Amino acid sequence: MTSTAMPTAEQHGLVAHTDGAFVPVQTRSERFRSVNVDDFAPVNGREHEWKLSPVAAFADLTGGELDGSRPTIETTDVAGVAISWIARTDARIGSAGIPEERASANAWSTFGESLLVSVTGEDEKVAVITRSGLGSAPRAAHTVIEAAPFSRALIVLRGIGDARLSENVEILVGEGASLTVVSLQEWSDDSVHLASQFARLSRDSFLKHIVVSLGGKVVRVNPSTHLAEQGADIEALGLYFADAGQHLEQQVFVHHDAPHTKSRVTYKGALQGSGARTVWIGDVLIGQKATGTDSYEQNRNLVLTDGTRADSVPNLEIETGDIAGAGHASATGRFDDEQLFYLMARGIREDEARRLVVRGFLTEIVQKIGSPELEARLNAAVEAELQGN
Amino acid sequence: MSVLEIKNLHVNVETDQGTREILRGVDLVINKGEIHAIMGPNGSGKSTLAYTIAGHPKYTVVQGEILLDGENVLEMTVDERARAGLFLAMQYPVEIPGVTVTNFLRTAKTAIDGQAPSVRTWVKDVRESMSNLKMDKAFAERNVNEGFSGGEKKRNEILQLELLKPNFAVLDETDSGLDVDALKVVSEGVNRAMASTGLGVLLITHYTRILRYIKPDFVHVFVAGRIAEQGGPELADRLEEEGYDRYNVAEAAAAE
Repeated sequence: MTSTAMPTAEQHGLVAHTDGAFVPVQTRSERFRSVNVDDFAPVNGREHEWKLSPVAAFADLTGGELDGSRPTIETTDVAGVAISWIARTDARIGSAGIPEERASANAWSTFGESLLVSVTGEDEKVAVITRSGLGSAPRAAHTVIEAAPFSRALIVLRGIGDARLSENVEILVGEGASLTVVSLQEWSDDSVHLASQFARLSRDSFLKHIVVSLGGKVVRVNPSTHLAEQGADIEALGLYFADAGQHLEQQVFVHHDAPHTKSRVTYKGALQGSGARTVWIGDVLIGQKATGTDSYEQNRNLVLTDGTRADSVPNLEIETGDIAGAGHASATGRFDDEQLFYLMARGIREDEARRLVVRGFLTEIVQKIGSPELEARLNAAVEAELQGN
Repeated sequence: MSVLEIKNLHVNVETDQGTREILRGVDLVINKGEIHAIMGPNGSGKSTLAYTIAGHPKYTVVQGEILLDGENVLEMTVDERARAGLFLAMQYPVEIPGVTVTNFLRTAKTAIDGQAPSVRTWVKDVRESMSNLKMDKAFAERNVNEGFSGGEKKRNEILQLELLKPNFAVLDETDSGLDVDALKVVSEGVNRAMASTGLGVLLITHYTRILRYIKPDFVHVFVAGRIAEQGGPELADRLEEEGYDRYNVAEAAAAE
């Protein structure tokens, strides 16, 4: 973990085999990336970024034509949060990151204009942006959330109703800014949503990034965070609740690329019902420049019934010996019958006891959102999941 | 007058080595207001009796009855038993992450009473009970048993005993792992609950130490899954001096 050895030319895998065999990408930051969909081969499901996803369920999003027109959005006027549309040629587009896979590139190649959420002002504020009525035809979208230096806000990007959406979200956090972005997926039962979110954090900025996936047939939200300047700090949280037949996936990437950066990644999920499926991949790369890095990532899954599957894959790459801390943890466990016995031995009925335990398990994430109103809404949403609604 | 009757109780438990018979014909009658101490060496089946009364799924009753005022307890689910007035103070209370003591107590009280407690008196009752048990106010906002010390967990059990007001309480080695100060505090809690509700207590313990603070009406000595001897408080004094040796514990165990 603390090796400072530099790769050498002899290192296996660093150069192509002479027989021309495929050499896997060695470092997370060196994955192929392009904004052009045609630069990616058609998706067959064996690619490492797709191998845990039901690719046949959304071939239209990875390979078909997408509608790139403006989607309908609803939002309320909040001072210091300006909403507008910008052209593809705007300099901000592509400044936080670019696609690493075909669905993302397909959306990038197709979107007409980008939604811009512009945050200014040092006082706290909350803005909710709701996308609804996206329909069942495949769509592309692009969003840029830009927080000016020293600004503060909580932005909720919420999806409800029907959708077949592939999108890219760029989050630009200015120097000293403190931004919370909640990506809230409450889509209808048949919806498919594939999202790549790219955040770039400037010096001494803080981003709390929260992915909440509850509704939709296939929901795949992959947030990448580039801690590009010193003192940048990301708290990445996730909460998901997969019911029968639901696939909820998140591939999280944190790139420590400057001194004294910090990351905390905590994703928690519950699975209930036949065919409930979740995927969590957590990649953390601590680059050579990222001395003094403090990093920890963890994933916890609570399995409530038989017939579910949770994949949990933490990966940690460290290229410098001078770090403050780096760790990862993953645990997937069945519902604890001793907890159930304890609560029932106090007169609490079984269904209510189960609710208490599951809500307790997920509440660690809910409590960190920082908006009592949203916390109450999420608790209610989790409650509805438990009731099987 | 409420009564808890245990008749010819035989209980098995499934282990990796197959089925084991733990209780081999236990008879006990506990009237409300009485304190029965169950004493015995390790492995004699004391805790099995406690968990069987509460209805833990690990234990299978193969013969016998448990009756609460004539009602068949064995047909009740775990939560029904609690609502019928039975309480088990556990030896190893589990942690419930994300569920605060306040939320848990209120939920349990509402379940037991069939209605939410009046906000004003309930908050006062909780505060008073916690203060009596020398529990810091901050406990109320902590998650149930999470990060609690052994002594804190036991106090939390007795706090529930005081607030839920059962008719019968089984205390499963509540004294184990407590220092003398904590032992006194916990014992006072049990005595307070006795005084206020007149509950019946089945006090399970390995040691005679707690009997200095909670005075039993009856003492039963458990050996190899059945009651080997019973008597009044004087039996506890004798055990204090002589230990369990005269019950030929090793022999009884070997006969299994």
